[in-house]
Amino acid sequence: MTALTQISLDVNGERVDAHVLPRLNLADFLREHLQLTGTHVGCEHGVCGACTVRVNGEIVRSCLMLAVQTHGASVQTIEGLSDSGEIADLQAAFRDRNALQCGFCAPGMLMAAQDLLKQHAEPDRKLIREHLSGNYCRCTGYHAIIDAVETTARRRMRREL
Amino acid sequence: MKASAFSYARATSVGDALELLVAHGDKAKVLSGGQSLMPAMNLRLISPELIVDIGELAELRGIAVRGDVLNIGALTRHVDLLNSPDIAAHAPLLTEAIAHVAHPAIRNRGTLGGSLAHADPASELPACMVALNAIIIIRGQAGERRIAAEDFFTGIYETALSAQELLVAVELPVTKKESAHFFFEFARRHGDYAIAGLAAQAIMAGGRLGGLRMAFFAVGDRPVLARAVNKLVNVTITPAALADAATALGEELDPQDDQQAPASMRRHLAKVLMARCASALLGRPELNAGGLV
Repeated sequence: MTALTQISLDVNGERVDAHVLPRLNLADFLREHLQLTGTHVGCEHGVCGACTVRVNGEIVRSCLMLAVQTHGASVQTIEGLSDSGEIADLQAAFRDRNALQCGFCAPGMLMAAQDLLKQHAEPDRKLIREHLSGNYCRCTGYHAIIDAVETTARRRMRREL
Repeated sequence: MKASAFSYARATSVGDALELLVAHGDKAKVLSGGQSLMPAMNLRLISPELIVDIGELAELRGIAVRGDVLNIGALTRHVDLLNSPDIAAHAPLLTEAIAHVAHPAIRNRGTLGGSLAHADPASELPACMVALNAIIIIRGQAGERRIAAEDFFTGIYETALSAQELLVAVELPVTKKESAHFFFEFARRHGDYAIAGLAAQAIMAGGRLGGLRMAFFAVGDRPVLARAVNKLVNVTITPAALADAATALGEELDPQDDQQAPASMRRHLAKVLMARCASALLGRPELNAGGLV
């Protein structure tokens, strides 16, 4: 049973069929099998948040999920969110505010930030900090990231008025 | 690191999962949300030969109120508990505690049953189960066992669950009108492991505490239901009575030393939590004025 297991899933809107070993986690599946290297692998035990992706619309740690568990699921990576334009304004705000430096945490940070903005149109800084508390950044000191998320929330609110 | 190789079986029913567990014993591990199991496997702290994935067993998911009992399926995720109006109405202690369990992406996968079966002494949910006087429901091939939460946790990562059994649900008594709760934990960062924490459930009787269950976590090898609270029940609590109870609590606890905090600091923080809890439940700020311990 350590043999390859067949899985079918949807990744960024495209159907993917693959044979994977049970031990393969979702992050490595995305990076090594599908060459979607925007999902970063940091701590590999759920602490740093760099590997955050969406599974069935909800953010998860892709290092703590097996590829075999995604059979039948819909997965969205940073490439999907980026290419669809869903987070273009958030990415622009990150750039404008210097909310990324080395960029290692940025994909996971953007995933978590967009997750928050989908649930709360007008989050205050405390809520932003809380929602991003599972994502480590070792460059920016976080303030610029909070600024970028807050700015994006305000701009989206104005656009909707 | 990456998990070492293992075999994988997706259980199609509780019966199917039990058959696999009976056949493979402690060489198998049950995969629920995976938010404790996967880190342990990636760190090579454990290397099970077989993973039994119960994630598809819809019968183990969900929250239901039946009379004065709240039934929560083992596969109910933290995010489901957090957003459930039934939990907020009937076990508000849980709603408050869940916000301290890790981070949103973890709460989207982690399950109640998984957290209880894992039995990390620093976890919030085992302590909540003890405070709320929960019954843990376990199924094996011979049938069902019901164990009080207090007796379920037996040590660090140790429970009354055998390798051939599955934790399927918990039952909580619906909280009464006159009940009140308190939850607080000291942690280095919101969502991190607690250095010391307290989940408490009380029954208010005028200006007194008619009943009180204080379950401390991260201060022992399992959630600790403090006996010292007996000194606070059905009495008018004075600062002297509280100091007396805190001293008794300090003697009762046997906290561990680790890289997060020495035992003496944990003992101190537990006493601080006791004072904060009594003060908050009774609405008497002077009881938490400091100088207690």
